[in-house]
Amino acid sequence: MPEAEATNVNKAVRASEAPEPDTAVTEDGQPAEMAASGPVPGKPRSLWSDAWHDLRRKPSFLISAAIILVLLVMAAWPGLFTSVSPRSGDLTTSYLQKPELTHFFQPEWLGYNQQGQSIYARMIYGTRASIIIGVSVTVLVVLLGGTIGMLAGYFGGWLDALLSRITDTFMGIPFLLGAMVFLVSFDTRTVWTVTVALALLGWTTIARVMRGSVIAIKQSDYVMAARSLGAGTGRILLRHVLPNAAAPVIVVAMIALGGYITAEAVLSFLGIGLSDPAISWGGDINRAQKQIRVAPHVLLYPSILLSITILSFLMLGDAVRDALDPKLR
Amino acid sequence: MADREPILEVANLVKHFPLTQGILFKRQIGAVKAVDDVSFELYQGETLGIVGESGCGKSTVAKLLMNLEQPTSGTIKYKGDDISKLSSRALRAVRRNIQMVFQDPYTSLNPRMTVGDIIGEPFEIHPDVAPKGDRRKKVRELLDVVGLNPEYINRYPHQFSGGQRQRIGIARGLALNPEIIICDEPVSALDVSVQAQVINLMERLQDEFTLSYVFIAHDLSIVRHISDRVGVMYLGKLAELGTDGEIYDHPTHPYTQALLSAVPQPDPEVRESRERIILAGDVPSPANPPSGCRFRTRCWKAEDRCAQEVPVLAIPERFAKEKGGVAHPSACHFAEERDVVHV
Repeated sequence: MPEAEATNVNKAVRASEAPEPDTAVTEDGQPAEMAASGPVPGKPRSLWSDAWHDLRRKPSFLISAAIILVLLVMAAWPGLFTSVSPRSGDLTTSYLQKPELTHFFQPEWLGYNQQGQSIYARMIYGTRASIIIGVSVTVLVVLLGGTIGMLAGYFGGWLDALLSRITDTFMGIPFLLGAMVFLVSFDTRTVWTVTVALALLGWTTIARVMRGSVIAIKQSDYVMAARSLGAGTGRILLRHVLPNAAAPVIVVAMIALGGYITAEAVLSFLGIGLSDPAISWGGDINRAQKQIRVAPHVLLYPSILLSITILSFLMLGDAVRDALDPKLR
Repeated sequence: MADREPILEVANLVKHFPLTQGILFKRQIGAVKAVDDVSFELYQGETLGIVGESGCGKSTVAKLLMNLEQPTSGTIKYKGDDISKLSSRALRAVRRNIQMVFQDPYTSLNPRMTVGDIIGEPFEIHPDVAPKGDRRKKVRELLDVVGLNPEYINRYPHQFSGGQRQRIGIARGLALNPEIIICDEPVSALDVSVQAQVINLMERLQDEFTLSYVFIAHDLSIVRHISDRVGVMYLGKLAELGTDGEIYDHPTHPYTQALLSAVPQPDPEVRESRERIILAGDVPSPANPPSGCRFRTRCWKAEDRCAQEVPVLAIPERFAKEKGGVAHPSACHFAEERDVVHV
């Protein structure tokens, strides 16, 4: 630079030329080793581990995670919680018999239903249907909606127009009404029929969330940087777009999980969910409503467990969203 | 410099972004003329600075040079091959030699990847550059070259400061041993003190690896410090092109003169005595640029001729025989020297 000192134009550069370029020094003049260490020196921490770090201190996360853990164990090994079969009914014990609220975890704890079956045992065994439907609908919805949203968002153009219109069409179908129409056409409805019905109608929200975040990410500088390095579409989608678009999708999916459990209960309550002899909370609540005046507890206890389950999943989703959202940090 | 072969040759580069209307049946109702007929050359080991205000098409030129956008017309020749017409395989090879450093170090690094993965990604895309076992070692070397501790290889971008992140971006750009680095405002997102460090690092790397830079910025002092030649852009066109001495000490285009007169002046006495050229109005929309000379709507010299004839970027005839810095390409019908920096 021959004219470097001749003029005043370059004073900004000259004024601060003092620090040696080859020893890394940060803004405040501290050696870089000190400045970059962050909260935990030496340890690599990704955004996920940061989120985990946040979550571990959150009571709402700890409580909901504990409840969900118990529910998962209940769904997997119901035999651990009760010794009686949910289907064996003794007609000498009737729903008019008051619950023995002090006999914790015994068959008579929460009383009996009209068939003389233990309400407690039926609640335990009903968990499996709710959890399986909630989790598998969520997984299907994330796979289906996530793929469609990602393709539409990344490729844009006519593909986006086509996929978005399909999404709009499905979104226009009322969720419960659509599921009812679908399920009525089956004589026996298992957990999987209900799962497919809910997943077919539920993927649209995820697809929209995914499309939105993919559109934002594909224009970001790091995707541009990968393209300028010569990265192919597959690599950009899997290494750059997907990991960054996943967070909002996971949050929406977690919050929706509670909604799918509700939907299953509602469908069973309306009599078009799981068909007998499947045990589900919604079905039991449906049967209990006929005796609500004489024996409200038959309806009350499964409803309480259903509410706790849904609330736990919502709280978990909420806590995860807060932890993953960098704007709330 | 003229007797050397240019490494990068840009001729009549045009990029128009279509403006469309309608949802299903899109019809074009106009075009944003982001870059309109820009030509320049880049020689080995030199730095070409491109300055201009926001929205004048600087960044679009960078994207076109990186082949991230397809030009509407014109050619970009790297060692004689037009990069926008290469097959995808040949393009991969060219990409190894032209790399880019981005403006914002906070958005140009993938937040979910470690520094090692970010700087190592070029090796994964071009496996022939470094054998698999060597890659971690190479990444450590690159971190060392840009002045970062090689132990940071497992950290994530958010654990670094802006200046350190920009060093990571530079290390990624260097990974493939390129010949040309396109720098799109590489320091404008950084603090002034850190700007100097990054600029000095880039100058050191240029000497070490004989790099050629296309250095895009709107900070005139930084461009002067680092550039061998400077191009001034206004509304998608080059207004003036010359060595840094020619542009800064002998500006002939009125826009360049106005731009230079806006450079902050630290000495209050000089500040009092010098004359500031204050331009009236705003930059016209690039979707509907003025006829003739693009600058005429804000130029104090504009006459009827400026609205009819588009001035070409060439050495003005009356200066062609003059000695000194005046004889350099300037796209103005009424080009005349006016020293605005040292008044």
